[in-house]
Amino acid sequence: MLDVRNLEAFYGESIVLNDINLHVPNGQIVCLLGRNGVGKTTFLKSVMGLVKTPKGSIKFNGEEIVKKPTYYRARQGISYVPQGRDIFPQLSVHENLLLGLEASGGNGNIDEEIYELFPVLKAMLKRKGGDLSGGQQQQLAIARALVSKPKLLILDEPTEGIQPSVIQEIGRVIKQLNSEANLTILIVEQYLEFVVEVSDYYYVMEKGIIVTEGFTMELNQEEIQKRMSI
Amino acid sequence: MGTYILQIFNGISVSSILMLAALGLAITFGLMKVINMAHGEFIMIGAYVTYLVQNLFIHLDKSLFGLYFVLAIPASFVVAAFIGFVLEGTVIRHLYNRPLDSILATWGVSLVLQQLARSIFGAPNVDVKSPGWLEGGLVLHQGLQLPYKRLFIIALVITCILGMFVLLYKSKTGRRIRAVMQNREMAESMGINTRRVDAYTFAIGSGLAGIAGCALTLLGSIGSTLGTNYIVDTFMVVVLGGVGKLIGTVAGGLFIGTANTTLEFYTNTSLAKVLVFLLIITFLQWRPKGLFNISSRSLDE
Repeated sequence: MLDVRNLEAFYGESIVLNDINLHVPNGQIVCLLGRNGVGKTTFLKSVMGLVKTPKGSIKFNGEEIVKKPTYYRARQGISYVPQGRDIFPQLSVHENLLLGLEASGGNGNIDEEIYELFPVLKAMLKRKGGDLSGGQQQQLAIARALVSKPKLLILDEPTEGIQPSVIQEIGRVIKQLNSEANLTILIVEQYLEFVVEVSDYYYVMEKGIIVTEGFTMELNQEEIQKRMSI
Repeated sequence: MGTYILQIFNGISVSSILMLAALGLAITFGLMKVINMAHGEFIMIGAYVTYLVQNLFIHLDKSLFGLYFVLAIPASFVVAAFIGFVLEGTVIRHLYNRPLDSILATWGVSLVLQQLARSIFGAPNVDVKSPGWLEGGLVLHQGLQLPYKRLFIIALVITCILGMFVLLYKSKTGRRIRAVMQNREMAESMGINTRRVDAYTFAIGSGLAGIAGCALTLLGSIGSTLGTNYIVDTFMVVVLGGVGKLIGTVAGGLFIGTANTTLEFYTNTSLAKVLVFLLIITFLQWRPKGLFNISSRSLDE
């Protein structure tokens, strides 16, 4: 579904990603692990087209999108939940969700399923997005990304700064979406146990390059932990 | 008693003109954060478009002349919006997040537009003849008459404000505009073409200035410097009201307009101006974000 080859990315003049190869097969949950500041978020931003990617190729469903604008990629079915959640603070929860429809041209309705996945949102539709707690904002951000029924969901550290019960809730939703709706998911994470629980395949990134990869079932927790700890 | 009612009416009338002139600025400056010194020239463009529509109707049948003004309002909106659209695409879009450059560049644009107007229409002011149905006034009692022109402008302002409110807060377009202005990257990631939103948001702001210019033709003759007289006051209205809030523009306009006329009544024109500015500066010392500021729990503010 998503096929990244020899990708380089820049922030200003400094190179952040070097020769990245990463493959997300249809219907799987793939996880990208790594310490702070190794370029994980930059990688997701380069998939969305939010940073400069002078070299390399990003293919989505066989189509080359590396030169396409961000909104085009979103409309092709890539949904992005950034690290800071990036809820629109002055817009109501309902308006935030309605913006999820933009990826399909702004038409259509919000599926009731969304509220079944995240019941907490239904009671808060009129509240401002900025007034929600961190965990609620995370759920809203994921819900908003799902409104357009994407083909690929990209999550940047969904567990960061969130209480354990909500992490479990998010893990449950991710697995449910993957098994029931056959949604392909790419997650960037530092929380190893969460990764082991939800993902099929993993990549580990260090200083802008992929250093190891493999099936999660065969993952050696101790060895990975060593690479992750500072 | 009558004097006081007339004073209040004058206050509201001046406020309404300020609001109309500031409404467009509330969009381009308040939402888009572009300091557009050429905003006044869009007011001028609207006024000259009205003048042109009037000239066109003079050559037509006499009985139709009264209708020209009804047509001039949308015409001035469309022409000013189109020029705004072109300006955004050629100049403004290179200047987002560069306030100092944008002040200089748009000031240059304002000078160019003024000179262009002088070259086309000549240096002397031109007159726009008001339509017959706006002559006269509503007589409340003897010696107290509210001119129809002023009442018409107040009604026009209310319509524009309501229109903007519906557009910004109740429509899909408004939702897109607000999303882009709050978080450009995320809006783009949601599938919104932010370049296009920028272009039509700026065009709407400029178009509203055009309508203001159209309304101003009812109150006096028009010239190339028409807009310059309003630019400082309109910025004041937006800053006082609170950047990014429609209700702030209404409140700011109302405050400056009534304060101006009231203080003029007790002192004189120039002293009133000084006093109003002093009041505003003092107020902004106390509340730097204006009457209505945006507050939320979000971390990025």
